Amino acid sequence: MDARVRALETLLVRKGLVDPAAIDAIVETYETRVGPRNGARVVAKAWADPAFAAWLREDATAAIASLGYSGRQGEHMRAVFNGDGMHNLVVCTLCSCYPWSVLGLPPVWYKSPPYRSRAVIDPRGVLAEFGLELPAETAIRVWDSTAELRYLVVPERPAGTAGWDEERLAGPASRGAMTGPARPAGRGAAGTVRTTWAGSWGSGRSRPGAPSRISMPPGKSARSA
Amino acid sequence: MTLAAGAMGAWTLDESRHMRECLHPADYYSSSYYEIWIKALERLLARHGFVGAAELETGEASPGGTAPKRVLKAADVPAVLARGGPCDRPVEAAPRFAVGQTVRARNMHPTGHTRLPRYVRGRTGTVEAVHGGFVLPDSNAHGGGESPQRLYTVVFAGRELWGEAADPALSVSVDAWESYLEPA
Repeated sequence: MDARVRALETLLVRKGLVDPAAIDAIVETYETRVGPRNGARVVAKAWADPAFAAWLREDATAAIASLGYSGRQGEHMRAVFNGDGMHNLVVCTLCSCYPWSVLGLPPVWYKSPPYRSRAVIDPRGVLAEFGLELPAETAIRVWDSTAELRYLVVPERPAGTAGWDEERLAGPASRGAMTGPARPAGRGAAGTVRTTWAGSWGSGRSRPGAPSRISMPPGKSARSA
Repeated sequence: MTLAAGAMGAWTLDESRHMRECLHPADYYSSSYYEIWIKALERLLARHGFVGAAELETGEASPGGTAPKRVLKAADVPAVLARGGPCDRPVEAAPRFAVGQTVRARNMHPTGHTRLPRYVRGRTGTVEAVHGGFVLPDSNAHGGGESPQRLYTVVFAGRELWGEAADPALSVSVDAWESYLEPA
């Protein structure tokens, strides 16, 4: 497949349809500037600042844009808050819609057909496989991203973080926690998605670590949530 | 490369999604996510006349082919990505459904592109949010124009979707365009 992609790129460049420097600029954007640390800063601010949390609940697109995060696949945002016995989980059963502007490109497990099909019918089981065992009485709300609204899960602030400033609070908010299948890493809580899932749903295809335009961004593909 | 080629403006996001869905099922399920993107991109380029089948086969460029309206330059990438492609559009008509109303997802099976998942068709749910107008993918994917309609977030109980044995504490929502719904 790499050869096929490179052949196509060469063809399009020769025909003047794409500029290779533009492709490099796009890859660099999603490798270095747009990723889950953006979302972590949004969540940290919501934890630290009740007024921002209220704004985020009311108008997520504007609240997130105020921190400088907007644009492609984040044009229309909604933030959904865990708590009060409710856990949120985001999926796109139809393709792989994902809030790029705050979380970057979706991880391999999010794009896999097993996650896309099972998240809506047995989310409790899926979460358990990720290492997140929820009590039976915890309600689960699954958000199927069928339109151009993109969802960001705001997890509950972990215990033991009283007095932390925003910068420190951004640490525990992992990509998995902001999509649903993990808790933010407080004391003793699972913060990252177990690699068994990432590994069994196609990391062999994603070639993490290889600088490939198929699997971009390589550093963020499958290994961590 | 998909984004750079898409920036030529020859096709919509909805058309490219539909092209990916139109891969043969065996091909779709045996391809990785970005392999699906590349295969769909090849077909979009051919459909819109930018490259010919022989060029895709050999990788050798031939003269001719559609001239692009524009080509994305590196210097414009930050602005283009930051702008994105907002899909909200003004809709003048009053919303047909209200928050809290019980609605049914239509039992419809269009042959073209749609964003109404099969598992909610014919099922009854509750309108949780009424949004503004959004580009209708069913039309826009096929060159039929944006035909914006209001969008609704509709919540379904797990048992309504999956039967009595389903998790009683599960609910699932979809975002549905107005024509996907009917009063229940």
